[in-house]
Amino acid sequence: MPGRGAPGPGWGLLLVLLALGELPRAQGVEEKPGGAHGESQGFQVVTFKWHHVQDPYIIALWILVASLAKIGFHLSHKVTSVVPESALLIVLGLVLGGIVLAADHIASFSLTPTVFFFYLLPPIVLDAGYFMPNRLFFGNLGTILLYAVIGTVWNAATTGLSLYGVFRSGLMGDLNIGLLDFLLFGSLIAAVDPVAVLAVFEEVHVNEVLFIIVFGESLLNDAVTVVLYNVFESFVTLGGDKVTGVDCAKGIVSFFVVSLGGTLVGVVFAFLLSLVTRFTKHVRIIEPGFVFVLSYLSYLTSEMLSLSAILAITFCGICCQKYVKANISEQSATTVRYTMKMLASGAETIIFMFLGISAVDPLIWKWNTAFVLLTLVFISVYRAIGVVLQTWILNRYRMVQLEIIDQVVMSYGGLRGAVAYALVVLLDENKVKEKNLFVSTTIIVIFFTVIFQGLTIKPLVQWLKVKRSEQRDPKLNEKLHGRAFDHILSAIEDISGQIGHNYLRDKWSNFDRKFLSKILMRRSAQKSRDRILNVFHELNLKDAISYVAEGERRGSLAFIRSPSTDNMVNVDFSTPRPSTVEASVSYLLRENASAVRLDMQSLEQRRQSIRDTEDMVTHHTLQQYLYKPRQEYKHLYSRHELTADEDEKQDKEIFHRTMRKRLESFKSAKLGVNPHKKAAKLLKRERVQKRRNSSIPNGKLPMVSPLHDFTITEKDLELPDPEEAPSYDAEEMSGGIEFLANITQDTATDSPSGIDNPVFSPDEDPGILSAVPPWLSPGETVVPSQRARVQIPHSPSNFHRLAPFRLSGKSVDSFLLADGPEEQPHAPPESTHM
Amino acid sequence: MGATHSASEEVRELEGKTGFSSDQIEQLHRRFKHLSGDQPTIRKENFNNIPDLELNPIRSKIVRAFFDNRNLRKGPSGLADEINFEDFLTIMSYFRPIDTTMDEEQVQLCRKEKLRFLFHMYDSDSDGRITLEEYRNVVEELLSGNPHIEKESARSIADGAMMEAASVCVGRMEPDQVYEGITFDDFLKIWQGIDIETKMHVRFLNMETIALCH
Repeated sequence: MPGRGAPGPGWGLLLVLLALGELPRAQGVEEKPGGAHGESQGFQVVTFKWHHVQDPYIIALWILVASLAKIGFHLSHKVTSVVPESALLIVLGLVLGGIVLAADHIASFSLTPTVFFFYLLPPIVLDAGYFMPNRLFFGNLGTILLYAVIGTVWNAATTGLSLYGVFRSGLMGDLNIGLLDFLLFGSLIAAVDPVAVLAVFEEVHVNEVLFIIVFGESLLNDAVTVVLYNVFESFVTLGGDKVTGVDCAKGIVSFFVVSLGGTLVGVVFAFLLSLVTRFTKHVRIIEPGFVFVLSYLSYLTSEMLSLSAILAITFCGICCQKYVKANISEQSATTVRYTMKMLASGAETIIFMFLGISAVDPLIWKWNTAFVLLTLVFISVYRAIGVVLQTWILNRYRMVQLEIIDQVVMSYGGLRGAVAYALVVLLDENKVKEKNLFVSTTIIVIFFTVIFQGLTIKPLVQWLKVKRSEQRDPKLNEKLHGRAFDHILSAIEDISGQIGHNYLRDKWSNFDRKFLSKILMRRSAQKSRDRILNVFHELNLKDAISYVAEGERRGSLAFIRSPSTDNMVNVDFSTPRPSTVEASVSYLLRENASAVRLDMQSLEQRRQSIRDTEDMVTHHTLQQYLYKPRQEYKHLYSRHELTADEDEKQDKEIFHRTMRKRLESFKSAKLGVNPHKKAAKLLKRERVQKRRNSSIPNGKLPMVSPLHDFTITEKDLELPDPEEAPSYDAEEMSGGIEFLANITQDTATDSPSGIDNPVFSPDEDPGILSAVPPWLSPGETVVPSQRARVQIPHSPSNFHRLAPFRLSGKSVDSFLLADGPEEQPHAPPESTHM
Repeated sequence: MGATHSASEEVRELEGKTGFSSDQIEQLHRRFKHLSGDQPTIRKENFNNIPDLELNPIRSKIVRAFFDNRNLRKGPSGLADEINFEDFLTIMSYFRPIDTTMDEEQVQLCRKEKLRFLFHMYDSDSDGRITLEEYRNVVEELLSGNPHIEKESARSIADGAMMEAASVCVGRMEPDQVYEGITFDDFLKIWQGIDIETKMHVRFLNMETIALCH
């Protein structure tokens, strides 16, 4: 490639995405006189140093162009729903390449193998591995391996040999190619490309089994491609005559070394990564970095050992995901997820755009109609034949049969992409005489598969009525039954004396639980990592979201507030309660509460010095009932700490707890769990009354008292919303607390170090990203401030000011009534149902 | 000669009843004899000899299902003391993969049978309803494999699942309405749209893999 020969000065220093060419250099030359001028004049206020920034600047510009293009594409839903983004990017690349060529008369930019293999490919593959639905993947591993290994060898051999056969027949005219060159070409064009497959299939939404087979194949066939490529390249170098049987045998051995070695490197690094994240509790801020650095190292390491780098980073992602996700904090998990997606999708965008740009170069084109057309025909036909043959064998062993329709999609989905391109560009022109023909053909093949097949696969899938993937909400029942089935199946296999998938999975999960998890997971994470718990969390969170959203929709702040006030109960509740709560549970609760208070206290004190108490009350009041103002966190800058962390975490915790409480009350009413409802109610009333009587005269309430007061408030607040919480029953405290208690245990052990990430459970497909509710992002947290609530017990003098809120529903005390009006404006919804 | 003839007759009869191939039946028969210690029937205690089963958290429920009259199609409730080979096959046949030659109706029927098996396992008192207590019980056992999950969490999960079931099956409930438990119809409703193809099938091989391994 001409573009490769012109590296800029900063080539090795920076993330080099492009080979630089004429355009920047020309501009650089223009600037030079200015620079020289400046030197002679001594110090200059402003200098224009294009050369200084040239490389990173151009890289950044290209990234910007690609990203802007992406925005542009998605402005029109019509276009993107019909044409896959990858095809659009290639076309855009062609246009841009044309512009550059027209302006410069030389193709200045192209995708170089170095950049592709070192910087663009790893994030995509890591993303694929890290978000791999493991169960699905390993469940179909046999099928995937067959397609990846046998299928790729079959494709390479048949394509190469057939082309050679046609060449011998003289149809291609006079070309300087031998059999080995054809096989080399066959091996690089044979492999289905993970980048292209992912880009197209993500938009098609075929069923998950079909997806994982095609996608898994595209990932795992890398080892085969690398080996075939290396073997044939060395054979070509040796010359056809000198290849012996020993070399062939070596080739086969090297396949196992390369693939298994690559996998092993990946697993080792995954182990390291999991182990490291177990101890990152105190360096939360760099936690996500480990994920990227270590997996990248696995890629580089296996590249260094000439093993399959793609396999290494894939398996690193696959193996570490479970432990890493459990170990790192929720914030870090989100960071990792977003960064990974951003890098992968950015790299993908750049790859496709530069595939287009690279094609616009008159120097690489060498046309041979027969060769190009026959290559296209052969790769499609042989892939189809290969798929049918292998599926025929597989279907005798598979539980879920692959039907004709699936086979059609699998054959048709065999997209070629940038891996093939990068490999063909890597060829040495001195050894492979017809390199340019290979390059042009590869480009044509890639464009044909990505654009034409990519365009038509969606209609094809619709026309064939391929079973689509259904996006369903996870259901607790489904998960539970699924778990039950897992156990039943493995038991049946045990009883009937067979070793099947279930047997192996069962043994593995036992091993994992007994040894691996103990080594690789934080103790706190071990507790909450169960999938069923995750789904439970997730559902609760969702419920909470809709609950609050509903409240917002109605514009009723009381709706939002009620759960929060009742939460305060749980957070602040630090005297042992005589009722239904188990001793250990209440202990945990208290522990949790005190931790919260410690953090908050320091914050409070800082603020106390700035504002007077009166202001604070107002502030708290506002804060408690309104959105959290952003700047609260911003004035405390720290590189190593995220101040907002604790609050947000607590907010989330509160959500969880609130939801559980709400669910509980719903449930107890619906399912008739608690027969002692009436009794509990009476008891509570009594206690509340007693408390108030005894404590108010001092003007200083013991910490417990808010609890009871809130209980009542909460009840009153709930009344106006019979639809939303049809049977919300505040008196149901016994059940409520019980329920809350065990949840708090979860959160107590997790926080503040790391809440197990409930929304994103390990097997979820990458598409889940879009499902992240926007309100989860820090700026829009709806839950009222924790601070306000926590603060109260420490400044009893303020209490009477806040009290009316809490008791407004009751308004028994004249003392409170007197103070009431003052605060009313802050709580309009309160008064509506007084 | 006569004995072998009648034996093969018997096998054919079993083939028709359970849908297993003669190879599979033979293989399962060997396993059966191994489990029963060459007795004609198996008792609950025999299942204790299977080492791999020990780690299964819902072991007792599964073993119980083998003796459940409802699963054996012998009665609406109650437990059998011992089961013979035919009963053993009947239970096993719940887990046969769906035949590709079956039409839609048969597939539905097959699916229903499989789900009924699971339902019976949950509905331990055979009253045709999975009550909250029963559900809690199952979930507790299911999660007992993880020592870190407390009973309380398991309970609340069961409660959540029950609520979910209620919302799926009944829809919006009146405030004073009480959901008593999941009936089999509700159970089917919950399973609607969930693929069980991979979930409740065991590939019965023609080879005795365990024997080969030991």
